Amino acid sequence: MKLSAVQKLLKAKILTGEELLDQIEVKMICGSDLISDVLTFTKAKSLLLTGLTIPQIIRTAEMIDLCGIVFVRGKTPGADVVSMAAERSLPLLVTDLPLYESCGLLYTAGIQGCSGLQNNNRG
Amino acid sequence: MAETRVLLEFPVEGGNFPAAGEAASKVKKTLQKLGIDSDLTRRVSIATYEAEMNIVIHAEYGKITLQVDAEGIWVRAEDRGKGIPDIDQAMLEGFSTAPERIREMGFGAGMGLPNIKKCADQLEIKTKLNVGTTVDMGFYYPAKSKSEKRTT
Repeated sequence: MKLSAVQKLLKAKILTGEELLDQIEVKMICGSDLISDVLTFTKAKSLLLTGLTIPQIIRTAEMIDLCGIVFVRGKTPGADVVSMAAERSLPLLVTDLPLYESCGLLYTAGIQGCSGLQNNNRG
Repeated sequence: MAETRVLLEFPVEGGNFPAAGEAASKVKKTLQKLGIDSDLTRRVSIATYEAEMNIVIHAEYGKITLQVDAEGIWVRAEDRGKGIPDIDQAMLEGFSTAPERIREMGFGAGMGLPNIKKCADQLEIKTKLNVGTTVDMGFYYPAKSKSEKRTT
């Protein structure tokens, strides 16, 4: 699924990287509010769903090669964080939906998680 | 050791969270410029970032040294700080001495050293209480597997 389709599904606001949304194919998603776990379990090129808006989340994205970040629960990062992401061509989105519902919508739409577990109950 | 192609040092300041990750970012950019394999670059970057965060969280100051040669990539994270009282305990997933404010930032889950071990082909930790800690990490090029790693 393209990142632009993810944005529409989650009714997300685009903070930066609008021009990239149609180019990025989202194949895997990780949902977490713990950077330590994101660093340990997330696969390269994944999309991260999180409520963490601190600058370290952008550093983390850079280290593990994320394809973008969706901030959940309407959490909006500061201008410094958005600017850091823009410098790295990392799209940032914000959805009002909580983490569980956001992940549920995308999982049902057929996007896998980072564990590699096959999704046999796609909607 | 084989001829050194690159040797760089990056200072790390304890407690400076806004700058935390800058050294790992520079290490990653250096490896990308050298055309190092992307999966290997990712492993080195994650391990270096974890080691850098450990310095920022636990130490007074430190530095990250990157060495690239024909054999592999070598990263040393050394700090001046309180040291690690029990390395075996620190290697356990979930064990952490990080304060609450660090945990609120999403760190301090006790995954740092275990994740470094997972990413690196070679790991050696030397520590002395109230002096500091040195973490040596080695990463081999894709042609060499972990089973071929050299012993320390």
